Amino acid sequence: MDTPEYGFETLAIHAGAAPDPTTGARTTPIYQTTSYVFDDVDHAASLFNLQVFGNIYTRITNPTTSVLEERVAALEGGRAALAAASGHAAQLLVMHTLLEVGDEFIASDKLYGGSITQFSHSFRRMGWTGLLVDPDDPDNFRRALTPRTKAIFIESLANPGGIVIDIESIAAIAHGAGIPLIVDNTLASPYLCRPFGWGADIIVHSLTKFLGGHGNSIGGILVESGKFDWAAGGKFPALTEPTPSYHNLRFYETFGDMAFCVAARTVGLRDLGPALSPMNAFLILTGIETLPLRMARHCENALKVATFLESHDRVAWVSYAGLPSSRYHNLARKYLSNGAGAVMTFGVKGGYEAGIRLVENVSLLSHLANIGDTRSLIIHPASTTHRQLNAEQLVASGSGPDVVRLSIGLESANDIIRDLDQALAA
Amino acid sequence: MDHDYYPEDLIRGVLRSVRTIAMVGASAHWNRPSYFAMKYLQRKGYRIVPVNPKEAGGMILGERVYGALAEIPFKIDMVDIFRASQAAGPITDEAIEVGARVVWMQLGVRDDAAARRAERAGLTVIMNRCPKIEYGRLSGEIGWLGINTRVISSKRKKGV
Ligand SMILES: Cc1ncc(COP(=O)(O)O)c(C=O)c1O
Repeated sequence: MDTPEYGFETLAIHAGAAPDPTTGARTTPIYQTTSYVFDDVDHAASLFNLQVFGNIYTRITNPTTSVLEERVAALEGGRAALAAASGHAAQLLVMHTLLEVGDEFIASDKLYGGSITQFSHSFRRMGWTGLLVDPDDPDNFRRALTPRTKAIFIESLANPGGIVIDIESIAAIAHGAGIPLIVDNTLASPYLCRPFGWGADIIVHSLTKFLGGHGNSIGGILVESGKFDWAAGGKFPALTEPTPSYHNLRFYETFGDMAFCVAARTVGLRDLGPALSPMNAFLILTGIETLPLRMARHCENALKVATFLESHDRVAWVSYAGLPSSRYHNLARKYLSNGAGAVMTFGVKGGYEAGIRLVENVSLLSHLANIGDTRSLIIHPASTTHRQLNAEQLVASGSGPDVVRLSIGLESANDIIRDLDQALAA
Repeated sequence: MDHDYYPEDLIRGVLRSVRTIAMVGASAHWNRPSYFAMKYLQRKGYRIVPVNPKEAGGMILGERVYGALAEIPFKIDMVDIFRASQAAGPITDEAIEVGARVVWMQLGVRDDAAARRAERAGLTVIMNRCPKIEYGRLSGEIGWLGINTRVISSKRKKGV
């Protein structure tokens, strides 16, 4: 082996970081600068031509952000990563690198509502068609393939909750069609699920959630496995054909197994512009150092809350893949062996009105539109995050009128349970 | 010698000890991978001597181009093979002939029989790797592009 195989906990703290070469500073400094001096004109030319490694301008690279990128690449077992201003920005950069006008991709219909909206409306205006299919039967992806399909997009553990997707079967369908599988691994985090091991080719994250973990910074990232052959089917001209804005450089030929991230950075991020701020990169990096501890406790608390809710007489059903009653329990045992995550949904008896009453009566849980915080969070998707969806999409995405979503935090489990109990009684 | 996995110290040792590198298959076109590697390694203090019969007598990045390794009138430490695997065998034999200490075949280039001949003659052989990427990885520079170097260290990094 090149290097000893370090454990996940070690990588969460050390990967990508080293003491600052000049000052010896041990934690990663916040390089709060827009730009970087050139040694001379020749150095500048080499940088602009991508012939040497180095920083030009923080829209494209930043030394704090690059530590974050390497950290997440290491945690996912990937070749390279590229951070962006938000999870949505990362999804945009992935699709911008893969798709031409008129191209299609197939996405699971069990996704974060914002992703469904991004795919169905904003991407469509760019000439990219995202078809939605039910992922519970992986063959639905095969049936939706056309010659213009360039990718499949799924969430490993789907938001709003409790739904586990059969990554390995869907990866096989994607590879049979010569296209990459993109997995949004936000809800699981690499602590619970490692999609590259099941055949994923690109992973995206909203860093805003469990990786940052403290509800203080928006961010996103994409990671490439380095294993996909972009040239085989001739489907990805942005990677294999000459790039006019780089004097006809061919990314795949020049950068090989890291070509996807280099292209997404030096074309997508450079031209579309959604760069992460160094301050946010620093906060997210600090969060990642405790990811293993936090995820373990998130899962432990969530299982206690789910078990409590399942026996509550005002609760109609609970969807949490950690419960033996879940239809996704077997998939969870395969893909999420360290725990089924912190996010779950449940149905309150009394439907839409009862859902609203509950979120307004909690006093420890916070009523807000986020997940993956140290704090426990609650939301009624049908009246908030998922209100852009029509009635059919609401049900398909698991956000019907009675659905309440929880993101269980790191407080004392008893306190979370007591608060839900009193609010359900109100 | 296991040519699937190279210990980090081996690669480090090569990059620290060689100074003059003949690059067989060096291109004169600025957007070719060999040109990228040559320019990068020059900035790291290596002397790169381009070898390319089609460009012989011309100049690439300030260096005279030779038509073959045997035509280089001074000693070289390492031969970097930027050619397809089928061409690597004869070039390796020439490298042994001219007294190079290291034969390095680029990413995607591998010839195990040639490697064995070179090793029997006392040379160090590295295959299917890029010296630019390895330098960038071991110095941490490639991490600036978000690439996973797989290097963990609590020491200040300088160079390889
Ligand atoms: C699974 C999932 N993917 C993507 C996103 C979008 O991320 P961001 O809000 O950082 O743009 C979210 C946000 O809720 C999410 O939950």
